Amino acid sequence: MSETRLVVGPFNRVEGDLEIRLDVAGGEVTAAYANSPLFRGFERMMLGKGPMDALTITPRICGICSISQSVAAALALAEASGAEMPPSGARTAALLHAVENLADHVTHFNLFFMPDFAREGYASRAWHARAAQRFTAMKGSALHAATEARARLFHIVGMLGGKWPHTLAVQPGGVTRAPSMRDKLRIGASLKAFRVYLEGTLFGAPLEEFAELGSVEALEGWSTGDVALFLEIARDLRLVTSGRSAARYLSFGAYPGPDGRVFAPGVWAGGAAGAFDPAAIREDLSHAWMLGEAAHPTTGQTVPDAAMAEPGYSWCKAPRLGGETFETGALARQVIDGHPLALALAPEASVRARIVGRLLEIARTQIELERLLAAIDPAESFMAPFTLPKDGEGAGLVEAARGSLGHWLRIEGGKIAHYQIIAPTTWNFSPRDAAGVPGPVEAALVGAEVRDGEDTPLSVQHIVRSFDPCMVCTVH
Amino acid sequence: MNILWLQSAGCGGCTMSLLCAEDPNVFALLDGAGLKFLWHPSLSEATGAPVRRMLEAIEAGEQALDILCIEGSIVRGPGGTGKFHMLSGTGRSMLDWVQSLAPKAEHVVAVGTCATYGGVTSAGENPADAVGVQYDGSLPGGALPAEFTSRSGLPVINVAGCPTHPDWVTETLMLIAAGEMHAGALDGLARPRFYADNLVHHACPKNEFYEYKASATHLSEMGCMMEHLGCIGTQAVGDCNIRGWNGEGSCTRAGYPCINCTAPEFEEPGHGFTETPKFAGIPVGLPSDMPKAWFMALASLSKAATPNRIARNAVADRIEVPPSLKKTKT
Repeated sequence: MSETRLVVGPFNRVEGDLEIRLDVAGGEVTAAYANSPLFRGFERMMLGKGPMDALTITPRICGICSISQSVAAALALAEASGAEMPPSGARTAALLHAVENLADHVTHFNLFFMPDFAREGYASRAWHARAAQRFTAMKGSALHAATEARARLFHIVGMLGGKWPHTLAVQPGGVTRAPSMRDKLRIGASLKAFRVYLEGTLFGAPLEEFAELGSVEALEGWSTGDVALFLEIARDLRLVTSGRSAARYLSFGAYPGPDGRVFAPGVWAGGAAGAFDPAAIREDLSHAWMLGEAAHPTTGQTVPDAAMAEPGYSWCKAPRLGGETFETGALARQVIDGHPLALALAPEASVRARIVGRLLEIARTQIELERLLAAIDPAESFMAPFTLPKDGEGAGLVEAARGSLGHWLRIEGGKIAHYQIIAPTTWNFSPRDAAGVPGPVEAALVGAEVRDGEDTPLSVQHIVRSFDPCMVCTVH
Repeated sequence: MNILWLQSAGCGGCTMSLLCAEDPNVFALLDGAGLKFLWHPSLSEATGAPVRRMLEAIEAGEQALDILCIEGSIVRGPGGTGKFHMLSGTGRSMLDWVQSLAPKAEHVVAVGTCATYGGVTSAGENPADAVGVQYDGSLPGGALPAEFTSRSGLPVINVAGCPTHPDWVTETLMLIAAGEMHAGALDGLARPRFYADNLVHHACPKNEFYEYKASATHLSEMGCMMEHLGCIGTQAVGDCNIRGWNGEGSCTRAGYPCINCTAPEFEEPGHGFTETPKFAGIPVGLPSDMPKAWFMALASLSKAATPNRIARNAVADRIEVPPSLKKTKT
């Protein structure tokens, strides 16, 4: 087969805009280039503004990870000012954040990822009729059930945060609404309803049973719910060996609180766990339409290259840790937290591993949400006073649904003098760096099958969506 | 009727909010109203080449388009090229696509304050040179000229909000489907009047505090946030406190101020979002339609008359003093 070049776009059922360019030879992808084609310039917008304005502006980077952006900004301001949330305030912020991440995972599985298996292209497969009934885009029964359960779950954010997305409830000193005992009980009822949905539909069994799976063999024996349908499809379409990344994982650690972070921070590379060193981050600009040199986000700039000169091919910068690419997301978080099933899947680093990592985190997050709620004491204060300094700096490192998110800011003379953001998909969908090393999704696409006549290859779609990209966050 | 939904330079949050529609869910609701997506970037099956062919068919007049929904602002940079946002896979800017497709549509709906007026994407130095579909802030004329009308004869319908309430979007679409969308249904900034004729102040749970100007001094306190914390719910349009968000929610119910997100230029208030600008100690912004002298007189009178219960609760994070019970005859 001759060499061809394909451009895949508009690439939908990902959040935001994505264009993938593929070099194809011999029926498979030989090179991939991920282009984030939208530049808005949030880091520049922040310059000269009052520091607290970050809490209103930065959540609006992203309509799907809005609370993650909000918490990152609040933590950066807290570090700059020495603010500390009271224990129940911190737990309430974590609860709001975890509800968003849980909802995002369920949205991804049902609305973004699974509908590809309902396509006519798979009509000959044994599982197709069931996949079509459950997951046809906008029509499938699983999509309807998930959409309704998600909308009810967000009643928790309605009550504590006023609305979703774009709440202003999370502040450096706590949260703006002190829930009463009645509120706490209502939140418990909403969580219980979501557990009933998850156990009845997605898992078909108690969440604890899925969360306690400890090996790939045990996973492959799972036989209930939509999870079983996915595992059947994954076996048939060899999603176990497709979309493999370098198996280097990064997590900043999720949900800080009085008892530390619920899911641990760290890295996992070369088959071993290690510590995460924020000082080792650099954003490489060699293949981004950005001017300047590679830098740590405490000094980096965002200067778009209006000429869009080559070799640039994306507005996305290329973050590297210790000079290497890292994959981030639910699988990475669960690997680094040391969950046995995630550790068993870590070397696989495939489409299946990413989806199972997300399913595992759905089960664990629901359980952790119930624990967080139980520890919230309505009699306590939820907000502590603090004073912003005239000059200072801080970083807010959190875990969004899609992975590690950082805000780095500096305040000078009472105004924001510096603001840099690295979002999860900036890591996962980064372009090549100065050494020519492709970003994680670019590497994972090499070897993807391209069937005769395909102009928008299905295998490529599964691999790209397995990362759950959020393109609006990527460039911001 | 069919709907083509395009996401331009925004955050996608209006779609995420739309998915929070309830009773029935958004898919069942639109289906029941006879509304079908020709394509939606977050929800449809089709990706890539089939989508490009569909867009070209609309452009060529081979595919009829009833409703064009645009979410997100339109970026014109760098240098008027629109290249800060190329519609992926097409080699053309979103600016170019919107200008080309809008005249083909029976109705054009701008979803969210980015699409209506530029919104947060146009904040600060407006790095991407973002505008709304038919407005640049409060000035008519954006990506489309001020005099643009879609095939129905209406201007771009501006469902403003950051994000939009899911019902604002679904009810706008249902009004169109029912043939009930006409010039009289829109306010002076082309927002649907069914929600824009209300103020956020209406049904705000802090109204008793407002009556006495019993004010919160810090976020998380229960009092009215107009005097110190930047709340402009008495001027902002929206039925946020009447219909509620995500169940029972609203910004003011959650203890933070209304920042007027349904209005042009809300992203640049000229002061901190949670601070009230004052002149000689008096808040600068007045409630809508309130004569200044009367406001001053009533405010000073009501402040002086504030009952102890309201004064104390205003600066507490929960009710400390309950209402007195009426004495009954024994």
